[in-house]
Amino acid sequence: MIQRRSIISWRRRRAMRAAAATLAVTALALAACAPGEDNDGGEEAAPSDIETNVADMGDITLTVWDQQVRGGQAESIEALNAAFMDQYPNITIDRVSRSFADLRRALRLAITGDEAPDVVQANNTRSDMGAFVQAGLLRSLDGYADVYGWNDRFPDSVRATASYSEDGSVFGEGNLYGVPQVGEVIGVWYNKAKLAQLGIEPPQTLADFEAALQTAKDAGEIPIQFGNLDQWPGIHTFGFVQNQFVNKDEIRDLGFGREGGSWTDDTNVQAANTLQDWVDAGYFTEGFNGLGYDPAWQDFAKGQGVFLVSGTWLLADLRDAMGDNLGFTLPPIGETGDLTVTGATGLPFAITENSENPDAAAAYIDFITNSDAMQTLAEAGELPVVDAGEQQVSGTQAEVYDAWATATSDNALVPYLDWGTPEAYDLITVGVQSFMGGDQSTDEFLGTLEDDYSSFVSENSGG
Amino acid sequence: MTDVTEATPVARTPAPRAHPSRQGPPGEPRRVAYLYILPAFVFFAGFMAWPLLHGFWLSFYEWDGLTVGTWVGLDNYHSVLTDPELREPFLHSLILVIFFSAIPIVLGLTLAGLMMRARLRGMPFFRTVLFLPQVIAMVVVAIAWGHIYAPDGPLNDLLRTIGLDDLTHAWLGEPSWALVSVGVVGTWVGTGLCLILFLAGLSKVPRELYESARLDGAGALREFLNVGLPALRGELAVAMTLTMIAALRTFDLVYVMTPNGGPDRSTAVPSYEVYKRAFIDGEVGTAVTVAIVLTAIILVVTIGINRFAERGDEVRL
Repeated sequence: MIQRRSIISWRRRRAMRAAAATLAVTALALAACAPGEDNDGGEEAAPSDIETNVADMGDITLTVWDQQVRGGQAESIEALNAAFMDQYPNITIDRVSRSFADLRRALRLAITGDEAPDVVQANNTRSDMGAFVQAGLLRSLDGYADVYGWNDRFPDSVRATASYSEDGSVFGEGNLYGVPQVGEVIGVWYNKAKLAQLGIEPPQTLADFEAALQTAKDAGEIPIQFGNLDQWPGIHTFGFVQNQFVNKDEIRDLGFGREGGSWTDDTNVQAANTLQDWVDAGYFTEGFNGLGYDPAWQDFAKGQGVFLVSGTWLLADLRDAMGDNLGFTLPPIGETGDLTVTGATGLPFAITENSENPDAAAAYIDFITNSDAMQTLAEAGELPVVDAGEQQVSGTQAEVYDAWATATSDNALVPYLDWGTPEAYDLITVGVQSFMGGDQSTDEFLGTLEDDYSSFVSENSGG
Repeated sequence: MTDVTEATPVARTPAPRAHPSRQGPPGEPRRVAYLYILPAFVFFAGFMAWPLLHGFWLSFYEWDGLTVGTWVGLDNYHSVLTDPELREPFLHSLILVIFFSAIPIVLGLTLAGLMMRARLRGMPFFRTVLFLPQVIAMVVVAIAWGHIYAPDGPLNDLLRTIGLDDLTHAWLGEPSWALVSVGVVGTWVGTGLCLILFLAGLSKVPRELYESARLDGAGALREFLNVGLPALRGELAVAMTLTMIAALRTFDLVYVMTPNGGPDRSTAVPSYEVYKRAFIDGEVGTAVTVAIVLTAIILVVTIGINRFAERGDEVRL
């Protein structure tokens, strides 16, 4: 017995010594390098070197990662890919499509690898596109923009949402890193039958809107259908109210994380107080903080609620359920006297630094965003980022297209509020939910956002 | 326990069938034995040991997953202990331990004791129903309970029907209720498991023991405490291990039921924090550190429970 044990423990000792040695060696080897060391910086193609004749490029496989997995999006990108390959038989498009959330998660890993995809749809935000730019993983598209005329195709406010300085610190200006296919704005969906029944017109001003909310409330309707369990819808709801009180240039400074704005100035306080008043007046669905976003808009589609403040991405789903009963209008004009609309584009298509065929990739991006492509998108029920006013559409789709055309041509677009700083998404989602739930005061809510914004801005400009 | 029957003690006489010329344990040479272990070891090394070591290494860096990481030494560990945003998830999971582990075990013991005494008709049916939550995928459980807790859902409907309108809440949307609501689901899931384990354990106790206890004048409670409970030490250890691990590593329930860490981050738990920091925030270093601390805690808890089970006596797991 004793002998056996001693053999075992000797064996164990030996094994442990070996393990310890392995650990030590591994630790030494590992300490010698740092994670992510094999990435190198970005470079830019000069217009003169750019090859635009795709047919002469030889046989190329372009790997494209997109997030167009739903209905009209999937339909249009498939049609456009097929058309591109028809026109240029030497190009094969290897399409990898994932849902938005999956794409975001996978992109970080994919884009750093040697086998990186050529074209990716990258989220505009600092934490995504901004971080990629900073790490030198995306190519500046300025050269291609000159060659293909993208600066004329896309208005300033659209290009700003995918522009960064070369080091990724400044958002909203600088080099262009991606161009989008579709647009989206936050506006007011309304139930036409209920509006008629209540004898109200689609609201054009803040006063109209507040009167309509009260009328709806008095009639026992849910004035604004709202579900904020998922927290991100709160960004849009607060932004919607803010649009009516805060100057659009200031919202842009806040949203792009640039110097010049303040979350705690009078206009933002007014916006927050108004939102609080609406909550207190019972203008939102009861228990909205415990209601999911999807159930909320589905309830609206079923006829619960007069208004729904949300994005144009709901067009296809709501139209299917409500038909001609569905209406859409831009946010009412409030204290600023200016039309201001939270909106952006769909995820921009960008070219990775590790792409071996950037010219072919640029030609592809040009192809899927030209005016023929815009028509394909409109036919699939998507909101094309440009030429929306020229599409042959009717009904609610026409209302949405007109709204987009108005917002872009009036230069009324302001970015999403969570774009400003790396922490903004977390703070504003939690903030709006707690604020509307009565767990935070106006001072706490705006103060937290201001602390984050001002420290980010000063760090960003100082460093 | 004392006699060794499974292995031959080291003998001076060579084992007949092995290499007769060699001294040492019988059987094939040790090098060959390693070959048998190799496939499993490669798997273990590739999918468990290496990732763990790699994670350990990453935990000493501040790294966004994209640019070059910076060596920060033990800073990440320091922040897990001091930064409220990182510490609170661990506190939340302690609260979940109450709901996932403590309550189900107490409920399971009570139910098992009752069920052993009262010979219910249709026992298999009740056992199946109570065990069912264990079989359902957690995501499905989460979605179903999400509906139950909805502002217009069955729970609030029930409260309104019986006139308790004041007690209705936006359960998953209020900071003070969200974590408790998630915890109750854990209780629902865990109780069946504990009950089945304890029923199995109690059924091993010889009937005579109960009878003699009864003859000695023991009441129902006494009988359970003195006869049933001591026999359940092993099952208790299993139940504790399984439910505590389930509590500490909870992810699916909170992720599906309370998106984004819940109202005011009140349902953020360590696993969620790992996911969020690594894949959304681009803070790989702290994410990995949280994961390693969580692993260490689970390891300590498991060892502790095993000690408790072994200390008792010859009761086996």
